[in-house]
Amino acid sequence: MAATLPASHYGQNEMSRADPLGQPPTVRRQATWPDKLFSVLAHAAAVLTLLLLLAIIGSLIVGAAPAIREYGLSFLWRSDWDPVKDQYGGLVMIYGTLATSFIALLIAVPVSFGIALFLTELSPNWLRRPLGVAIELLAAVPSIVYGMWGLLVFSPMLSEFVQQPLQGWFQNTPVLKELVSGAPVGIGILSAGIILAIMIIPFIAAVMRDVFEVTPAMLKESAYGLGSTTWEVVFKVVLPYTKTGVIGGIMLGLGRALGETMAVTFVIGNANQLNSPSLFEAANSITSVLANEFAEAGEGLHQASLLYLALVLFFITFVVLALSKMLLARLRRGEGVRA
Amino acid sequence: MNTAVYAANETARLAKHRRRKAMNIVALTLSMAAMAFGLFWLVWILIETIKLGVGGMSWSIFTDMTPPPQSGTGGLANAIFGSAMMVCLATLVGTPIGVMAGIYLAEYGQKTWLGSATRFVNDVLLSAPSIVIGLFIYAVVVARMKTYSGHAGGLALALIVIPVVIRTTENMLSLIPNALREAAYALGTPKWRVISSVTLKSARAGVMTGVLLAFARISGETAPLLFTALSNQFWSGNLSGPLANLPVTIFKFAMSPYENWQKLAWAGVFLITLGVLALNILARVLFRNKH
Repeated sequence: MAATLPASHYGQNEMSRADPLGQPPTVRRQATWPDKLFSVLAHAAAVLTLLLLLAIIGSLIVGAAPAIREYGLSFLWRSDWDPVKDQYGGLVMIYGTLATSFIALLIAVPVSFGIALFLTELSPNWLRRPLGVAIELLAAVPSIVYGMWGLLVFSPMLSEFVQQPLQGWFQNTPVLKELVSGAPVGIGILSAGIILAIMIIPFIAAVMRDVFEVTPAMLKESAYGLGSTTWEVVFKVVLPYTKTGVIGGIMLGLGRALGETMAVTFVIGNANQLNSPSLFEAANSITSVLANEFAEAGEGLHQASLLYLALVLFFITFVVLALSKMLLARLRRGEGVRA
Repeated sequence: MNTAVYAANETARLAKHRRRKAMNIVALTLSMAAMAFGLFWLVWILIETIKLGVGGMSWSIFTDMTPPPQSGTGGLANAIFGSAMMVCLATLVGTPIGVMAGIYLAEYGQKTWLGSATRFVNDVLLSAPSIVIGLFIYAVVVARMKTYSGHAGGLALALIVIPVVIRTTENMLSLIPNALREAAYALGTPKWRVISSVTLKSARAGVMTGVLLAFARISGETAPLLFTALSNQFWSGNLSGPLANLPVTIFKFAMSPYENWQKLAWAGVFLITLGVLALNILARVLFRNKH
């Protein structure tokens, strides 16, 4: 070794450093307690988050216990809600929540798909970022703004330009007449559904854009190389490749729509009725009835029933979210396998 | 080959090609329409908010108390002040917990069961209906203390801050290359120093962005305050009693038939929208400059 290396490699400095001539460096033992403390704090914060969820579920169950004892599962299909007679059933609100969310998805899914397609395939590069940011800002607008705008600006227009013409056209059509009946104020299930759609479009579009972007460029280029049109590439290559992720994104939006409170409370009309199938009839959702009645509800069955509703809502959103997480995780795993 | 068959094939192929092309054009036009549809709402909401909000703006908004119905002018001073107190309280309580839990997820428990459980629970909390958070705080704080209070409102908002901060902190920390950690460990640095002076410091901009976004989100949250902070017609700096706040005041005023209240509600909505959008843009700019 020494023969092959020039002597200069063993400079004076290296020699003296390797040579234990002077004092060994004073051992500076780091105290270990800050490390332990930090670790304990980090663990504690994580455990606290876990406990938080358990505490939320626990407190809802404890609060709802009187109503659960009284009605059991039949609460879910009882339709009378009468604080005066102290009779409660959740069907009206559960229907309101599901119907508004369904309308929201019906509108939001195709629109979000179009937006994601535009942002990933069509938009010129310089427009991509500003448009993406604009859509994300739509998600940041607080729900109370949507609610107030919906009540005071959007509903009157919906009534004037949609509801009243429809009522005029369908006067004599048996089924459709029922569907558009109601006071011409533009408040009800449909307007709540539309406002919810506007609110969840950014969430779904953002997820769709992100999963579309993970499609390997080679797959798309192969399809283009075979002469596919842009639409065929997106519909037959990108969409099948990312379908679990797309469904996950839709579920995420659905979770938002189910739990949204203020916007719905403003425009749904807050009336407990199931008699009319009309889309323009005032109704109630789980969140709107909570927002309107909880502060005034006396302790007892009324409050317990409201908490029972909250528990049902929490359960539904939990299931929807767990499904969406599972699907998104599967997409990510699939990516790993294929890569 | 028979030329007639060939020609027939050719026309069929051309027809198919035209069909596919037409389909493509229709689909792409619809996609552009969808984009315009999405932007249309944003623009419409912003224009209405500005149009109706600016009309109600004046200095008295910031200096006067919320008025009784139908009694001329008034402001939102007490509501703005109460909101600011609760939002700050929530950020101060929620940020350390969120950052520590995020550190746990990124630095201690990436692969442990506690890590994956916390990550899942955090996702659930992140999209849990905010009104349920309000009910929870009502049950554990308001019902016990027998009074609505600013503390309860702040706590409810803190529970919304925590998952947002956890998510961004974890994401930002896991972007830090491992070589940086290894270099620090090789110098004999204890773990807590590695995290606090190396990884967290490098991820500072991202973590700050998360906190800002959480701050923006809770500034407009209404549902969790409905039965925790309630509302208050008067000036109050007392966190132990009902506290006026902007979102609930807007809700109350907007639902009322009184004209002066509705006007104030529009002014409030204008303020909130402006503030939240500004914070969001600030967060983006901040994050972009560092990366």
